Amino acid sequence: MIMQRLPFLSALAVGTALSVLMAAGTPAMAKTPADTLVEGFAIDDIISMDPAESFELTAGEVIGNIYSQLVRLDLSDTSKVVGDLAASWTVSDDGLTYTFKLKPGLTFASGNPITAEDFAWSFERMVKLDKSPAFLLNQFGLTGDNVTEKVKALDPSTLTMTVDQPYAPSFVLNVMAASPISAIDKKLVLPHVKAIPVDATNKYDNDFGNGWLKTNFAGSGPFKLREWRANEAVVLERNDRFYGDKAKLLRVVYRHMKESAGQRLALEAGDIDVARNLEPGDLAAVARKEGLNVTSAAKGTVYYISFNQKNPNLAKPEVREALKYLINYDAIGATLIKGIGEIHQTFLPKGQLGALDVNPYKLDVAKAKELLAKAGLTDGFSVTMDVRNTQPVTGIAEAFQQTASQAGIKISILPGDGKQTLTKYRARNHDIYIGQWGSDYWDPNSNAETFTANPNNADDATFKTLAWRNAWDVPDLTAKTKAALLEKDGAKRAAIYQELQQAVLDSSPFALIFQQTEVAGLRGNVNGFKLGPTFDTNFVAPVSKN
Amino acid sequence: MSSTTMSESVRAGRPFHVRAWPVAIGVLRFAGVVITTFLGLLAVTFFIGRVIPVDPVLAVLGDRAPASAIERTREAMGLNLPIYQQFFIYVRQALAGDFGTSVLTTHPVMSDIARVFPATIELATLGTLIGTSLGIPLGVLAAVKRGTLLDQLVRIIGLIGYSVPIFWLGLLALLVFYAKLGWVAYPGRIGIAFEYSFTPITGLYLIDALWQGEWEVAVDVFRHIILPAALLGYFSMAYISRMTRSFMLNELGQEYIVAARAKGLSEARIIWFHALRNAAVPLVTVIALSYATLLEGSVLTETVFSWPGLGLYITNSLQNADMNAVLGGTIIIGSTFIGINLLSDLLYRTLDPRTRA
Repeated sequence: MIMQRLPFLSALAVGTALSVLMAAGTPAMAKTPADTLVEGFAIDDIISMDPAESFELTAGEVIGNIYSQLVRLDLSDTSKVVGDLAASWTVSDDGLTYTFKLKPGLTFASGNPITAEDFAWSFERMVKLDKSPAFLLNQFGLTGDNVTEKVKALDPSTLTMTVDQPYAPSFVLNVMAASPISAIDKKLVLPHVKAIPVDATNKYDNDFGNGWLKTNFAGSGPFKLREWRANEAVVLERNDRFYGDKAKLLRVVYRHMKESAGQRLALEAGDIDVARNLEPGDLAAVARKEGLNVTSAAKGTVYYISFNQKNPNLAKPEVREALKYLINYDAIGATLIKGIGEIHQTFLPKGQLGALDVNPYKLDVAKAKELLAKAGLTDGFSVTMDVRNTQPVTGIAEAFQQTASQAGIKISILPGDGKQTLTKYRARNHDIYIGQWGSDYWDPNSNAETFTANPNNADDATFKTLAWRNAWDVPDLTAKTKAALLEKDGAKRAAIYQELQQAVLDSSPFALIFQQTEVAGLRGNVNGFKLGPTFDTNFVAPVSKN
Repeated sequence: MSSTTMSESVRAGRPFHVRAWPVAIGVLRFAGVVITTFLGLLAVTFFIGRVIPVDPVLAVLGDRAPASAIERTREAMGLNLPIYQQFFIYVRQALAGDFGTSVLTTHPVMSDIARVFPATIELATLGTLIGTSLGIPLGVLAAVKRGTLLDQLVRIIGLIGYSVPIFWLGLLALLVFYAKLGWVAYPGRIGIAFEYSFTPITGLYLIDALWQGEWEVAVDVFRHIILPAALLGYFSMAYISRMTRSFMLNELGQEYIVAARAKGLSEARIIWFHALRNAAVPLVTVIALSYATLLEGSVLTETVFSWPGLGLYITNSLQNADMNAVLGGTIIIGSTFIGINLLSDLLYRTLDPRTRA
């Protein structure tokens, strides 16, 4: 009988032993080191650390901290730019040639001097590699065939770039501030350039060091990339050769953590200093907790619901307008996006040149019914909606489904993984889609071009904007969007964008819902952490810890 | 019966080829099963990869790539070829042991797996050890005390293990043991303070730390692994204890138990040395299956605990249509399954004399 009791006793003994072992380690040991900032951050969207290849939000933030550009956004007034590596710049009278003068005595983290030649090569490789960010330079008329002619180093400190049309200088400079257009250490990368055979898919005989730069570093920012382990961590170390104010901390670790709840627990326990993906509930809890702080910044990302014009019901102007009256903006703002966004019904985010800050639509079922009756759809209709299975879009879609049903519109939600819904959206196979658009660069053209330009509405078009994805054929607005690019007068340019926003508000298949606010939870001992207006301006160099 | 026949044939000195044939057939059959399983694996992964409505080009170029780049990459990846040609290329490369490069991590798939698999092995092994060391005694206890309050208690513990979502239980456990009590560490496998000073050898951090005599690191690693491992162990225990109970009940009703009791053996000796020894035979398969499930099925645990293991790697790759990584991962899981099955088969034969023929 004694033996029979043993299993229970042994289980108890094992349990006790485990508890003692667990308690033996002091919790304080796991806390973050004083010279290191540890951020809990979902970093699984990173595909490369090469500025000429990577264009994802998280990678953009890292690249913004480890590379430098010619110019940068003025964080105190984001409709302007200031010099970063460039001391000054001029635009020729015909508006086609930009000349940049570099600051003297600049060096890369490797110790190599930063010259205009490095920039000329960085531009050349970006255009010739033709990865996602290449379009930033393609839009100035730079192609693989002409880039070495159009972008030249006149001497070690003078770079010229010739564009194909007299664009608004504010447009050109705003684009130049984007993180992909970074200075890359040519001398450091050249030994790692790999030869590749020229064939149908490879126009050039080498990879411009892309294979090496995917996981390595050749920049001049306040931090150096020490390591990127996909889905695990990105580790930065201070660049002591940085030309500006040196970073206060020695190391920054972005640790991959997918869950908001997990980030909150780790922040409360002090195992991370910053939590970057807090959902509204966790954010509120962090805000209430003593010893923790929250910070936020409006970002250039807008969320919208769009209606595919290939669906005959959705193509009716009255239906498009009715649907905009069937969204309960107030309820969404007060609950689903509280703390992480602000209701915003125009396509330009606040802070960009010409942004219109008006929110005319409210939930109005009677008005929507009236409009549906005018469209001959008194009894409503049935339609599908593709929704990514993440918050807050799922919640917004469900709220919309509920309010739309009040006017007889039956929405069936098709949930899917982000890449699934995007694949379907890109093929124009959706009815209704809920998506987000982040400005590719901090200039109104980025959003205007996608919401109001559609040069060719055919299925095999090469220029596939959001207007194209929703089959919205608008030649007039397309022409107007192009005209705004060439308008040199800042005030007149802003006025054109305001007209475009009004047109989208009135008659487009886009119901803009809110502008994203990025939030972060911070430990009380973290100082100087500030989120910027764009993802590549979330700088960590000024951060210190008590 | 069969074992007698076998030994008789050996004693009778029959020619070697007569005995070699069944062995050769057995080996061939096994090889056949392995090859068919692998080909099946290849076909299923390939076609699932083509059926899921995700464009693999998105994985290479990211979400914001322009149309021209998408078309060019599609061609470069061979996605514009007819599907049978794509399958042929896929099988040919896989048979040559070339799993290519993961588009997501940009590393060769095999080096990625070599990095993430030890994390999963360590977690699953500790989980199985916990599950087995608690599950068997609990199952025996429940069988011996059948129908009592104790039996009901074990049943309820098992039921919770079966029915509560691991995701929820994981967060709850984090809240209690990590956030409130501070007993365990989180997130990941090792504290940030040691991450860049500790150099693992085998990738099994606990063993590496002990091997190198890094006691502080070992404690830190243990505090990281114990909660997810205990959680996996709990689910494994739920399964093992139920199965042990049922095997034990079966054995306790056998005639040899009555005979043992009639011989006057102590109850403890009957339970532990007679009944459990016989129940252990089918239990081996149960434990092996449970171990294999933990090796490939701990995705949610890995997500909750930010554990950089194979489950997380394959899930991420699948969501991103990173087919090279999915294929490599699937082959590794498939091989592990086959390996564990083979091992449990051998153990089964060792434990059960009747199967030795």
